[in-house]
Amino acid sequence: MSKFRKKGEKELPPISTASLPDIVFMLLFFFMVSTTMREVTYMVHIGLPKATELSKLEKKSLVSYIYVGEPLLQYQKTFGVAPRIQLNDQFANVADIQDYVIAEREARNEAERPMMITSLKVDENTKMGIVSDIKQELRKSAALHINYSSRKK
Amino acid sequence: MARKVPEIPAASLADIAFMLLIFFLVTTTMDVDSGLERRLPQWVDPETLQDDQQIKERNVFVVLVNRNNDLLVEGEYANIDNLRERAKEFMANPYNDEALPEKEPKEVPYFGEVMVTKGVISLRNDLDTQYGTYIAVQNELVAAINELRDELSRQEFGKDYKDLDSDQQNAVRDIYPSRISEAEPKKVGGK
Repeated sequence: MSKFRKKGEKELPPISTASLPDIVFMLLFFFMVSTTMREVTYMVHIGLPKATELSKLEKKSLVSYIYVGEPLLQYQKTFGVAPRIQLNDQFANVADIQDYVIAEREARNEAERPMMITSLKVDENTKMGIVSDIKQELRKSAALHINYSSRKK
Repeated sequence: MARKVPEIPAASLADIAFMLLIFFLVTTTMDVDSGLERRLPQWVDPETLQDDQQIKERNVFVVLVNRNNDLLVEGEYANIDNLRERAKEFMANPYNDEALPEKEPKEVPYFGEVMVTKGVISLRNDLDTQYGTYIAVQNELVAAINELRDELSRQEFGKDYKDLDSDQQNAVRDIYPSRISEAEPKKVGGK
């Protein structure tokens, strides 16, 4: 009758690491799925201004972006160094904004249209002239809800 | 008899997966897009626009930003550091100063009849103003209104504005409306 055994007689079985790859793969898939790849490649340099009173853009699907800034080095030969507007994957003029807004609006379903936001991603060294022009165009196309994209101070 | 293929060891699988995981961890930028949210005014045809909406001068807080990124607040040079204080004083007008905006009585839920300011902040910029400066100024003005709202809601409800429910937020917003007008830059010569 050996109710009491000596200590150390039975060793602790080693923890199986066979499921470790599965756990890691699960994490990996989580990160792969949640990573948001940038939807466009920047063709302009954008250093966002800093601000404190920020509000978040919650629904990504409702946001359309307008990028403004100096063209990147590889485009400077053809487009110069003056700040340019980028819509989707190409440089655009102020006059193209209305069409862009309409196209963006068409791409959403009817219920979501009133909630659409235009996010202005503008380099902080840009002059206000071009920004004011954009704002006027947005007003003309009734895209009044805007967001001046900025970083946390 | 065919030779048995030796089993491939799977022990390094975890290491490979870890490497991938770390790569994704490092490259992931969980950048939440954020920024100053504003609403633009409706488009009005400049030809039909009339200047009949005269606002009394004491009710307008004029902020001008020129091409050298200098600030002119109510007709005098100002520094961006005390812009917030001045905007708050303008919107709140705690001592009913003659030079600061008028107030009108208004029925607001939770508060009863309160005096609500008629003040409007007008922000005007030059075509050559730097965008960064413009955002900094606008940030200060938005911050001024946000601080006033926070103070009021802490005084009345004992919590911050963002923690109130939507009815209470509406009431506070009625008292301190966000009246920042981003006027079009004047294209008149000589200015």
